Amino acid sequence: MEHRFSRRNFIRALGAGGAATALAACGTLPGRRPRGPNVVVVGGGPGGATTAKYLKRFDPNMQVTLVEPKATYHTCFGSNWVLGGLAGMDSIEQTYGALKDQHDVNVVKDTVATIDPDARQVRLAGGDTLSYDKLVLSPGIDFRFNAMEGYSEAVSRDIPHAWKAGEQTRILRDQLRAMDDGGVFVLVAPGNPFRCPPGPYERASMVAHYFKQHKPRSKVIILDNKESFSKQGLFMAGWEQLYGDMIEWVPSSQGGQVEQVDPATRTVYSDGGLTRFRADVLNVVPPQQAGAIAQETGLANDTGWCPVDQLSFQSERNKDIFVIGDACIAGAMPKSGHSANTQGKAVAAAIVRSMNDQEMLPLSTVNTCYSLVGPDYGITVAAVYRFQDGGIAGVPGSGGVSPSEASHAFRRQEARYAQGWYDSITADTWG
Amino acid sequence: MIRKHITVATLALAAIGAVAVAQAEVTRGELMANTCFACHGTDGHSAGSIPSIYGYPPEILVGQMKAFREGRRPATVMDRHATGYSDEEIELIAEYLSRQ
Repeated sequence: MEHRFSRRNFIRALGAGGAATALAACGTLPGRRPRGPNVVVVGGGPGGATTAKYLKRFDPNMQVTLVEPKATYHTCFGSNWVLGGLAGMDSIEQTYGALKDQHDVNVVKDTVATIDPDARQVRLAGGDTLSYDKLVLSPGIDFRFNAMEGYSEAVSRDIPHAWKAGEQTRILRDQLRAMDDGGVFVLVAPGNPFRCPPGPYERASMVAHYFKQHKPRSKVIILDNKESFSKQGLFMAGWEQLYGDMIEWVPSSQGGQVEQVDPATRTVYSDGGLTRFRADVLNVVPPQQAGAIAQETGLANDTGWCPVDQLSFQSERNKDIFVIGDACIAGAMPKSGHSANTQGKAVAAAIVRSMNDQEMLPLSTVNTCYSLVGPDYGITVAAVYRFQDGGIAGVPGSGGVSPSEASHAFRRQEARYAQGWYDSITADTWG
Repeated sequence: MIRKHITVATLALAAIGAVAVAQAEVTRGELMANTCFACHGTDGHSAGSIPSIYGYPPEILVGQMKAFREGRRPATVMDRHATGYSDEEIELIAEYLSRQ
């Protein structure tokens, strides 16, 4: 195990007249670099990857290890564009070479088996043990498969959720491609809170775009476990303009609250079995909670999500563990890739400053969610966040959604920026 | 004289040590400016169609952000972001980005 040698201790060593000893440990001798605090980051999605990169940017002496099981990560954002035929699977692939080679992050391809908070150790499925001074968890979501009768992880291989991208995206795309013209695509959307609030509605848009090109007699039905949704007015106006009556949205009070799934017939039931919908392609997005490792480590509360200090993202349950991204409760911030990216920077700054005995900076985070209603029709919701009245809240007078009345050129420009956003945020996170 | 030399040498060593280890502190301006990078690219170097924002003299960025905030400059989303920052915050962000 590496011993701790923070900048603070280094300065103390100098003060005690230990300059010569301290310098001997300094980069002049090969392999004898001074070692800073040891931070382990779990999860290589937008939250964890950003944290690892920015910890090294803020303090190159920090030893940073990133644990992620996949060599290639598929971003959830952009995966609807694959379903719409606008992009290929390779366009949502991200890898860890730059973090390793350019940012000196120790990338470990493994899964965390258990965390021992008292010993400050992470045990990996592969058998290795990592010690940490601080641990950042960015585990994303897990599905509450037991919340809907008839749906399970095994069933999801045939009836995909496609709410973690990769193989699930491919399954859904291939089913849509194999469907006959005149078929019905049913999307079951969860209640709040869940990953990517505008995601189901962008997905409906992209599937409608694909149908319009290739299967124009087909239909899209969204069965929703809520009464309203993100950017609703903008989505609905765009749907009418681009797709006529192809997309139907059914709120929970109108039979949208799905309680049971029959995988054999691709039928879903609501209203205690009184209402049913049969699909040709069925996409069930189950309700969610913080990733399993956060649950197993006792970091989640009874909502299934992790309460954290609203300035530093330090877990309320353990002072050496920080939780960011979809898994944490972050006030008004949505569970989005952009939120995870900005929280990764905030937690990196909080850890670096606290380990150097500096006071906490005021919280400054942002979110911008781009959605494509069509290939040339983009819409956004944006916000700037501060710590206000004990929680993370949008700055009054800022943020909001795209204007309801806008020119074609405006929508086209936001669609163009949607791709630009993808290019920049992925480079900022993994590049 | 000998003692003085030793002191100077010690200070020099301390200075070298400090340079080798110490890193510029993460500032409020840096943390706020870093939130711009998700769209505008790391250090303001855009990776795609969204404009880059690095290397402008601070007064240019300050002027543009205030124009976005006050609705004097056409925007898609920047008006909704610029309204989230005070004059002081805009100046700190612009100062940081001008050095990238």
